[in-house]
Amino acid sequence: MPAIIEVKNISKSYTRDSFAIPVLNDITLDIEEGEFFCLMGPSGSGKTTLLNLIAGIDKPTSGNIFIKDTDITLLNESSLAKWRASNIGFVFQFYNLIPVLTAYENIELPLMLTHLSKAEKKQHVEAALNVVGLTDRMFHYPKQLSGGQEQRVAIARAIVTDPLILVADEPTGDLDKNSAAEILILLDRLNKEFKKTILMVTHDPHAAEKASKIRHLDKGDLI
Amino acid sequence: MKIPLKYSLRNFTARKLTTGITVTGIALVVFVFAAVLMMAYGIQKTLTITGSEENVLVARKSANGEISSIIPGDIQSIVSSLPNIAKTSDGKQIISYEPVVIINLEKQSGGLSNISVRGVSEQVLQLRPNIKIIEGRNFVQGRRELIVGESIASKFNGCRIGGKIKFAGDYWTVVGKFTTDGSGFDSEIWGDALQLLDAFSRGNAVSTMTLKLANPSEYASFKLAFDTDKRLQQYEPEIETKFFAKQSELMAGFIRILGIFVTVIFSLGATIGAMITMYASVANRTVEIGTLRALGFRRRSILAAFLAESFLIALVGGIIGLALASLLQFVSISTLNFGSFTELAFNFALSPDIIISSLLFAVAMGFLGGFLPSVRAARMNILQALRAE
Ligand SMILES: Nc1ncnc2c1ncn2[C@@H]1O[C@H](COP(=O)(O)OP(=O)(O)OP(=O)(O)O)[C@@H](O)[C@H]1O
Ligand SMILES: [Mg+2]
Repeated sequence: MPAIIEVKNISKSYTRDSFAIPVLNDITLDIEEGEFFCLMGPSGSGKTTLLNLIAGIDKPTSGNIFIKDTDITLLNESSLAKWRASNIGFVFQFYNLIPVLTAYENIELPLMLTHLSKAEKKQHVEAALNVVGLTDRMFHYPKQLSGGQEQRVAIARAIVTDPLILVADEPTGDLDKNSAAEILILLDRLNKEFKKTILMVTHDPHAAEKASKIRHLDKGDLI
Repeated sequence: MKIPLKYSLRNFTARKLTTGITVTGIALVVFVFAAVLMMAYGIQKTLTITGSEENVLVARKSANGEISSIIPGDIQSIVSSLPNIAKTSDGKQIISYEPVVIINLEKQSGGLSNISVRGVSEQVLQLRPNIKIIEGRNFVQGRRELIVGESIASKFNGCRIGGKIKFAGDYWTVVGKFTTDGSGFDSEIWGDALQLLDAFSRGNAVSTMTLKLANPSEYASFKLAFDTDKRLQQYEPEIETKFFAKQSELMAGFIRILGIFVTVIFSLGATIGAMITMYASVANRTVEIGTLRALGFRRRSILAAFLAESFLIALVGGIIGLALASLLQFVSISTLNFGSFTELAFNFALSPDIIISSLLFAVAMGFLGGFLPSVRAARMNILQALRAE
């Protein structure tokens, strides 16, 4: 399998009070197409930072990130936004659904950035709802759903545009054991059945069991 | 590439209390704004329907109202010898020679005010056929009798039928009440011109002459004849409605300027209110903004969504304020008109222009109040916004 994500010599540091605080040190990493890649490591080791760089919502201090031959570190802000809309599906720890929109409307949201027709949008949303098994909840608002259901809606939102990569930062971090298990089964299915490349950050060893590859970060170094 | 409008719409309805207070603030300012414009327009409307477009009013050039105009007898004969003046079937010229004086009357609510008393000639009914006696009867020529306009009949002491009003050293009996369907004449008292001239010892010098043209299209030739006569140099003819409309300009302009000045100051409060609401709204939704940006929405989409929300607040406030103000159309008030120094009753009147300016005013408050908060929302850094939980 060819690498879909090539991280080359990435360093990232934050400046605080004119001190540069290194967060990632010269990271080089390949992730193959169709992989369920799991990033683990202690708190503060830089997992989220690396994930955000790959997802195109942060810029490295140095180094390059190629995603399907596009060097995303060279894209300007608005090209990057456009790139994210079609290539990245986000799953957040706290779901980050829009409270004033129904499940259906939340899932439909990323499609506003596409040129799909109304009928095609409907098709996509219904397919995504079907995959996460929440067709009967589509008119519910986030606060009418359980945490696990909210995360499933968020996953539907992440896959509705059929993106290249799913990124999930501690997707089970805020869920009870059973809901967490459901979410992991769902992610595993997306990976196996729908051949989605998944990049997941987690603390939870159970969660990591589903992964096809696990790498550890420690104080900004990949080990 | 934009965030659906329902997002802004639902956020608008989601925070009922704060949004409600902001909407109320804007509604109140728009109410005052619209009310002031409706008042100014009401005065104008009342005076522009005073008189007839087919009549010509002659006054002294230097006079800024009927009160300060004076036309002596010899000038009256020259004017009446001009061509194009209409005649009754029995051959009399349709001209009313009108002395106009101001008297002080006591309001029933207390205090004094100036009332116009207009002496009119026998031909006045041909000149102003829309006058209707709605109670009692018309005055009789040669008697010290008066008829009182509908708008003031119930507001001043002694103006009821059978009542007596004292001026020029005599008591005058009120014998009738008339209406001209809301024109400025409804705020006047009318009587026999000759009796008034006599009582005020004015000889035969009237204030103004109003005459009917044989054909309204002949005004230009009448005016030409008037202007070419050297003896009439100090006098000028004017279409009657235009003459009265001019008397509304000073007052309407004054109310508009004062009113707009006051409401612009009020509007600062409402705008700041909108700004506080929108800043709170942005702060509460920081993570949401970060999420939308991560999904690929641009800064300008965020800006548009928040601006739309503040526009919505403003528009709803504007519509409520305007709806309340439109109820004022059923209210009639009376005040001293600076143009003529006499009491004038009028209705608040709404016009399409007032509707448009009130809504624009509301939207301007929304834009000014929402702009900075929306810019803040649009300028947020994605990571910092996402981390705000
Ligand atoms: N915007 C920032 N400014 C300054 N320092 C930052 C910023 N973002 C992250 N850091 C620092 O970078 C380091 C790595 O943060 P990161 O969030 O990537 O860790 P993490 O591995 O995801 O930890 P956790 O498991 O707690 O989520 C931390 O020390 C953090 O304080
Ligand atoms: Mg993290």
